This record gives sequence, C-alpha cells and structure tokens, in this order.
Amino acid sequence: MSNFTRRGLLKTTAIAGAGLAMPTLITSPVAAYTNAPTGGSVTLGFNVPQTGPYADEGADELRAYQLAVEHLNGGGDGGMMNTFSSKELKGNGILGKKVEYVTGDTQTKSDAARASAKSMIEKDGAVMITGGSSSGVAIAVQGLCQEAGVIFMAGLTHSNDTTGKDKKANGFRHFFNGYMSGAALAPVLEARYGKDRNAYHLTADYTWGWTQQESIAAATEAKGWNTVNNVLTPLATTDFSSYVAPVLNSGADVLVLNHYGGNMINSLTSAVQFGLRDKVVNNKNFEIVVPLYSRLMARGAGENVKGIFGSTNWHWSLTDEGTKAFVKSFGEKYGFPPSQAAHTTYVQTLLYADACERAGTFNPCGVAEALEGFKFDGLGNGPTEYRAEDHQCFKDVLVVKGKENPTSEFDVLEVVEITPRAQVEYAPDHPMFAGGNLGACNSGA
Amino acid sequence: MKSLAKSDKRTLLFVIFIAIAAPFLLNPFPEGSAMAQFNAGYPDLMQRFAYFGVLAIGFNILFGLTGYLSFGHAAFLGVGSYSAVWMFKLLGMNIIPGLILSVIVAGIFSLLIGYISLRRSGIYFSILTLAFAQMSFAMAYSVLTPLTNGETGLQVYADDPQVFMNENSIAVPHLFGLKMQDTFTLDIGPWAFQFNIGYYICALFLIAAFYMSLRIFRSPFGLMLRAIKTNQTRLNYTGINTRPYTLAAFVISGMYAGLAGGLMASMDPLAGAERMQWTASGEIVLMTILGGAGTLIGPVLGAGFIKYFENIFSKINETVLHGWFAFLPDGLENAIVWVLHFFVGKGWHLTLGLLFMAIVIFLPGGLMEGAQRIGNWWKNRRAKGKTSSAKTTPAE
Repeated sequence: MSNFTRRGLLKTTAIAGAGLAMPTLITSPVAAYTNAPTGGSVTLGFNVPQTGPYADEGADELRAYQLAVEHLNGGGDGGMMNTFSSKELKGNGILGKKVEYVTGDTQTKSDAARASAKSMIEKDGAVMITGGSSSGVAIAVQGLCQEAGVIFMAGLTHSNDTTGKDKKANGFRHFFNGYMSGAALAPVLEARYGKDRNAYHLTADYTWGWTQQESIAAATEAKGWNTVNNVLTPLATTDFSSYVAPVLNSGADVLVLNHYGGNMINSLTSAVQFGLRDKVVNNKNFEIVVPLYSRLMARGAGENVKGIFGSTNWHWSLTDEGTKAFVKSFGEKYGFPPSQAAHTTYVQTLLYADACERAGTFNPCGVAEALEGFKFDGLGNGPTEYRAEDHQCFKDVLVVKGKENPTSEFDVLEVVEITPRAQVEYAPDHPMFAGGNLGACNSGA
Repeated sequence: MKSLAKSDKRTLLFVIFIAIAAPFLLNPFPEGSAMAQFNAGYPDLMQRFAYFGVLAIGFNILFGLTGYLSFGHAAFLGVGSYSAVWMFKLLGMNIIPGLILSVIVAGIFSLLIGYISLRRSGIYFSILTLAFAQMSFAMAYSVLTPLTNGETGLQVYADDPQVFMNENSIAVPHLFGLKMQDTFTLDIGPWAFQFNIGYYICALFLIAAFYMSLRIFRSPFGLMLRAIKTNQTRLNYTGINTRPYTLAAFVISGMYAGLAGGLMASMDPLAGAERMQWTASGEIVLMTILGGAGTLIGPVLGAGFIKYFENIFSKINETVLHGWFAFLPDGLENAIVWVLHFFVGKGWHLTLGLLFMAIVIFLPGGLMEGAQRIGNWWKNRRAKGKTSSAKTTPAE
C-alpha cells in the first residue's frame, strides 16, 4: 500500500461508488405484498417469550403453535379443525402450501421482540407473525407488523390498548381484555363479598397492568366499592413483601393483584405468607382477587389459590365439542391439558389459515378483510365474532375460582360462571378504548 | 486523510471496504441451504452491526484511551433514542433533526453525569455511572412515563403533531425521501443479497465515526488521554489538571452513544426503556473487551460478534437441530440434539459466556490479539521460509 496516491484514491472511490449505485440499477421484481410465498411452502413466525417472567406461558404457546402446524399440514387428529364452523381447512397446508415456521425469543422486552420479529420478516420470509405474552411486547410487535406489511395475530395480550388506543389495521386479537374481565368479575364479586368494600390494588407497571387496574376499579366502583390505593410494581420485581406489608394498615379489606405469570405467583404467595387471608378487617374477611387467571399461574401458586376469584379466556374443563377435541389432541401429544395461552394461540393460527383460504390469498389486506366481522363457532368459546371496528374478538368470558379440592395438579380452577357476551361488550369508542385509529391495512407493496 | 500514517490508511480503507461489501460478506451461504441459518446479511442485523459499532467506537474512546470504565453508557443510548423519536413525533419522519437532537441531548446529559462521576476514578467512577444509568432507567420506566411511555416504549402515532408533514408525506423514517426500510435484492444464482438504504446510512455514520476516532487516537489530545491511563498521579504532580481531558473524552463518547441511539430509533422508530438497563451497559463493556479495548477496530468486531450471537444463535431451535442431524441413527440424533440445545435457542447466553471466558483467558487483548497472533505466525512462517532457502553454511 505504499503507492497510496490521489489516482489510487480516485479509483477506489469510483469502484465504491459503482458498488453503492448497483442496487439502484438492478431492482428486483416488485412483489404484490411483503414475503409473498413463491415455493411450495409458507412460513409463519412464532415470537414468544422463552426467557423472563412469562417463559412458562411462552413455552405452552409454542407447543400449541406446533400442534396447529401439525394439524394444518394434515398430521395428528385434526384437533379443533373438525369442530370449527368454517370448513375451508382441508389438512393440506394453507392454500395448498405446506406450513413451515420459525421461532424467536421476545425475552418479554419490546426491543428484543421487535428484533426477533424483524429477522423473521426480513431473513426467513414470514408472512404472518404471532405470539407475545405481554401486552407491551404485543403492541410493539403489532406496530412493527403494520409498518412491514404482514399480519399480526396477537397471542396472550390482555391490555385494553392492544385493540384500543394502539390498535392497528394489520393486528388481530382473539384473547379477551381488561374491560371484559372487570365487567364479568364485578357482579360475581358483589354477590360474594357485598357492596361495601375497600380495595387495594397492586398493579404491574406497564400498559396491561394500567388498563386492567382502570377497568377493575371502574367496574367495582360502579357496584359501590371504594378504591383505597393503587401501587405500581415494576415488571421485573420478584420479592413483593415490601409492597404487601403496607396493605395491612391501609384499612382495605380486599387486595386486587393486577399481576400475571411469575409476578402473580410471587405476589400472591407473599400476600398469603403475611396472613392476609386470615385477617378480619372492618368486620369482614379479608379477600384477595386475581382478575386475570391462568392454570399455569394457579399451578405455580399451589395451595394459595384456593377460593380466589378471577377471570379467564378459556379453561380446559369446558365441555363443548371444540374444547374436548383440542384438549384431547394436546393431551395426547404432550401429556397434560393446555393452558389458555396455548388455546388462544392455537385458535389464532387456525383463524389465520382459514381467513387465507376464504380470501384465496396471503395478501394481508385480503386476509384482514376476511377476518373483519367474521362470525365463527366450535373453537372452545361458543359463538364468537371478530369485530371489524377494532379487530377484537367478542365472546363469553369465564369467571373462575381456585378449586378447594383439586383432584390433580392440573385441576386447580373451577368455572363459577360463564358471563354472556352481551354483558362484556362495549362500544368501539368507549372512553377506555378511545384515541386509537386502525388506519389502512398495509400489504407492504 | 493525507496526514494519516500508512497503516492507519490501510485500516480505514479496510473498514470502508467491509462496510460497503457487508451484504455480500455476511451472506456467504446460498438461500435454502442448511447453512443459510448462519447468514447474517439481512437489513435489521446489518443495521445493528453498524450502530452498535458506532456505540462501541465511542465507548472505546473513553475506556480504551483513559481507562475509565463507564458502566452507564446505555443511558446515553436510550436518551438518544428518546430524543430522536420525539423529533419524529413533533416534526416529521426525516431522520436529520432526530439525529442532531440525539447527539446534543446525549452530550448535555453526559456532561452532567461526567461532571459528577469524574470526581472519582477506578471502581468508584464505575459505580457512580452505573447508579446514574439505573436511575435513568427507573425514571424512564415509570416516573417519566408521559415523556417515555414507560414499558410500552415511545412510539409514533398517527395523531402526533408532526408539523412538517402533510397527507402526502412519507410515514416511515426517511432521509429526504430515501426510506430507511427500502431494500433492493440482487439475485445471483441461489444467492440473494439485500442492499438496504437504512444500513448504508448507518454504515456511512460508522465510517465517519471510525475516522473521527482514528484522528482522536493519533492527536495530542489522544496522547494526553493515554497518559492519564498510564499514570494519572504523575500527571497531577507535574501540574496538569486532567479533569478537563477526561470530561471531554466522556462527553465525546456520550455523544457517540447518543448518535448510536438516534440511528437505532431511525431504523426502527420505537424507544424502549430496557435499552437503558444495566445489562445493556454491561453489553457495551463486553463488546469492547471482547474485540480488544484500546484498539481501533476491535470494538466494532466485538459489537458484531455479540449481535451475531444474539440474533443468529437464539433462533436455532430443536426442530432446526433435528433437521441437521437427521442422517444419524435416532438415539444418537436425540442425544446430540439434547446436548446442543443447551447452547442454542434460549441458551445462546451460555455459548456467548463460554466464548467470552475463552477469549479473556487465552486472548486478553480480545479478538484483535487473536488476529495479531495469526498475522505474526504467518509472518514468521514466511520469514522462516526465506531464511531456510537462503541458508548460510557455517564458515569452516
């Protein structure tokens, strides 16, 4: 390199310039939409938390996705494809293309989830992204999918914002939300615990916790309850004793835990260890409520959940045909019943596949149109509708209670009441959901 | 460029070449082959290589030259991202205002933190910066939610003011119409090479950042910083006040981090609080040490190394492993997959940790020391070859 001259520099620059200009000279043929599948297969992206506080839910979601792919490709016993009211799915993949999938770890962090989803879209050619076990992550990934022009089928996300202020035209949610939990739970709580109650909220400090706390507080206050205090706890907290101790002296007689996953297991255990459930405050037994329940959590918290009320999207002990078929094929493959996280992600995958079949294309705009206003049945929740205005599914909500005498380690929840759809429905412009805008669907073309 | 030494010119040209040819170099395996899993030449990861490269170069100016180990650099990265996203929300999606503001804000922020932290040195300095970074993280996460949108992360919404935009404006980050997300694909046989505009803009900044750091390394100012690392007490005894120099280095490296944060937000207009967490700061330290602290090019290599593991190894799942070893008998296949699955997928941290240990133990100078040793070995071999051919016979 001793001959580093002006001429040499000019040459290098020219070559570099040509290199830079090349991509503009040879543009590839423009596809009709992002990642249009060209070969004999189509790739779906399963983006779930494999580490962090929601790792248990993530693992169960992944099992359900693998089962759904198996069923779509014609393997296994077909599960809920047989009970689904729409009969488009034939077990020959989607639109005749074999279903393949890639997985990623969201780490329950928005940044990591977006990076993982981006690599699925840019590197692996995924035409649909699904998953998320935290509303913060689901909202972040939903925004990304909107920009990139792929469909996002939300997994476990319970925040009002996912289909409220952060709703997107390319995003769809089957799972219920905080408002529905409040509307279903409040009447049951009123009937059991009375009208005159003082509630103390511990709330996970992110979008899901905030909106659920707001929903529960509003619904219970409408029944005459009083909200004493609301304390926000960071998502990464593992020791809740310092948050539970002040509850005793606050004059509250109900503790509402707006926590999920590992958070809820720790905070509930902590509350029980402090002896809250044995206390009598204001001449009433002290009660604990966990608005969003799941079997995985109930199992993690063990004895402590007995008699505690909450709501859930679905439970494996339901007796409709869809639930029975799903529990059977999940149980045969993995040896235990599925959680509600597994259920919603399995259903989302089938709904997406079915929408592609009915639209006759993988184009996100066609798929979105097929999903909007779609009414179906046979997927475990009874008659369900994908509302066109906000891409939220409307269906019955289950109020559950920790079982007093569990017969097995999976049989920890019992269904107290099935709240009908009409009672949990709200207008698309309800104040708790206002401020958002679906926008136009984006196919990435 | 004229005043650069020969070897420095070579290094700079090397960096420019790598940056331009990255889409080819990172995609060595044909599409659809089993090895395609290891291709890293897709826009998102290439962008990450570039802006984390900028970050590591900046960190190296502080750590590599003065020896001050800051454990809070992620705070500047986060502040830069938030500034850039706020510019997108208030002004419009052109990335220039965002990048300018992110550098300025990070500069001011690092001046404040540096002014206080640099009153101490050694471990006390590290702890102070760590404390400040954790404080910033906690504030961004909850107290400052109106400004940062908490855990959900700051995003651009359709109803934001965006005063410079009308209905026909581009709604994604762009540089005077060049959209960051636009990618052109060049198909040669079974290979598909992706050229992304966002990446080349990041690469431009990486080259500029590298050139600046090269000039700083070779300047009298850089010499003074090295003197501080070697023996600060002696400098103080000779009557030199070292504080302005360390503060300047701290602010410069903070501004580098701010630029990296701004670029990060420009490539993906969302700023999350977790990029300010102490683990993120630790990652920057790892990048620099892994690549070779105090070397020019090492930190960039270290940044690439870590990001490669995070994005490529974490995506290898058991199904992929079974695909690779399908030719083996079932029992053996399952055994191998069972062992390997601890090191890929969610176990990528383990692989990275083992490699990090190996590098720190056997190559304390990082990847650069490895490259140097290979270079020396090669030279010695060639030299040996020459001497053996021209072997002199002993005198009688």
